[in-house]
Amino acid sequence: MVPLVKRQTRKGKHPMSEQKIIEIEVLRYKPESDQAPHSEVYKVPFTDDMSVLQGVQYIKDNFDGSLTFRWSCRMAICGSCGMMINGIPKLSCESFLRDYYPNRITVEALANFPIEKDLVVDLSGFIEKLEAIQPYIIPKEPRTLEQGEYIQTPEQFSQYIQFTSCINCTLCYAACPQVGLNPDFIGPAAMALLHRYNMDSRDGGQAQRMELVASEEGVYNCSAVGYCSEVCPKHVDPGNAVNVNKINAAKDYFLRFLSPKGGAQ
Amino acid sequence: MSKRRPYVRPMGGWWKKNPFYVEYMVHESTALFVAAYAITLLVGLVRLGQGEAAWNGWLEAMKSPLSIVAHLAFLVAIAYHAFTWFKLFPLTMPPIIVNGKKLEPEVVVGSGWTAAILAALALLGIVWRIAA
Repeated sequence: MVPLVKRQTRKGKHPMSEQKIIEIEVLRYKPESDQAPHSEVYKVPFTDDMSVLQGVQYIKDNFDGSLTFRWSCRMAICGSCGMMINGIPKLSCESFLRDYYPNRITVEALANFPIEKDLVVDLSGFIEKLEAIQPYIIPKEPRTLEQGEYIQTPEQFSQYIQFTSCINCTLCYAACPQVGLNPDFIGPAAMALLHRYNMDSRDGGQAQRMELVASEEGVYNCSAVGYCSEVCPKHVDPGNAVNVNKINAAKDYFLRFLSPKGGAQ
Repeated sequence: MSKRRPYVRPMGGWWKKNPFYVEYMVHESTALFVAAYAITLLVGLVRLGQGEAAWNGWLEAMKSPLSIVAHLAFLVAIAYHAFTWFKLFPLTMPPIIVNGKKLEPEVVVGSGWTAAILAALALLGIVWRIAA
């Protein structure tokens, strides 16, 4: 049964008796001509194995070639195809049309980002944030080649491994109202990556990164809504990284009064 | 010339757009009930300082139907406040490692709730004994 349906799809034949049709409402925005985004509804024939991404691709291939969206791997690892699906930030490649049928689904560009065109958002602010957190190991003790590699125990590795799973899909930014209210907030994914390096036993950059953590753009923008960790497709728990760094920033602030070495810069 | 004109969507009414945000606003707003109860007790303290008549007046006011309804509302709201406060523990606390394994969120939240219930019962018991 399944191969038969697939063959029919390839030929472009959709007998009404077998073919299910779902309505997809897409938020469209053409910067050349539109003052504001508007919705358009498309009736998309689908099979049970089709993702929302494939639904959107069907629209582009059959109804409107100008529909613009990002995608690449189709298997939830590249982090390109995030969209608001019925108002919830999701990877469209791992969301299936069958789970929404027979209701209409709405598809919109990721929230809290400026819309560049249709479903494509402007990520330049996010890229700047990623750069700002110094996402590389700042060696605690520099070693020469002769001294050999940095040794790390499995226990030390387990301290940060969870935070390496981020695929920069930015669903967590779309889930964070504080990012929407203050676009300068460094935000969940960048903080998770910062935490990943801070927690690495080979890294000694915690003090350097602290200035950003405790800054106006830093962790105190977070009001612990917690939706970022809820929507994360890779279980990174960026909300925990943000909140643990509130404690770290508070410790840094108060301990400087006790420790002669811990003075402000 | 660039045709770029990124569109920024308005944030007005953001919290109504997702049940998760609505629940967030509800549990955050229960803090107002915590504040209201604290103020009620503070007023009682001030009245106590003003002498016996003032104190008895406050005690009488506490027995009014309006006060009883308000206190029931405080109880419900503060209970929900405590419930959601501990629910956020896995998000806000550093992971607790026991025998090399991260403590499950359910264990962390459950311990918080258990501690809160035990503390409330202990307090109730002490007040009961003082009153008796």
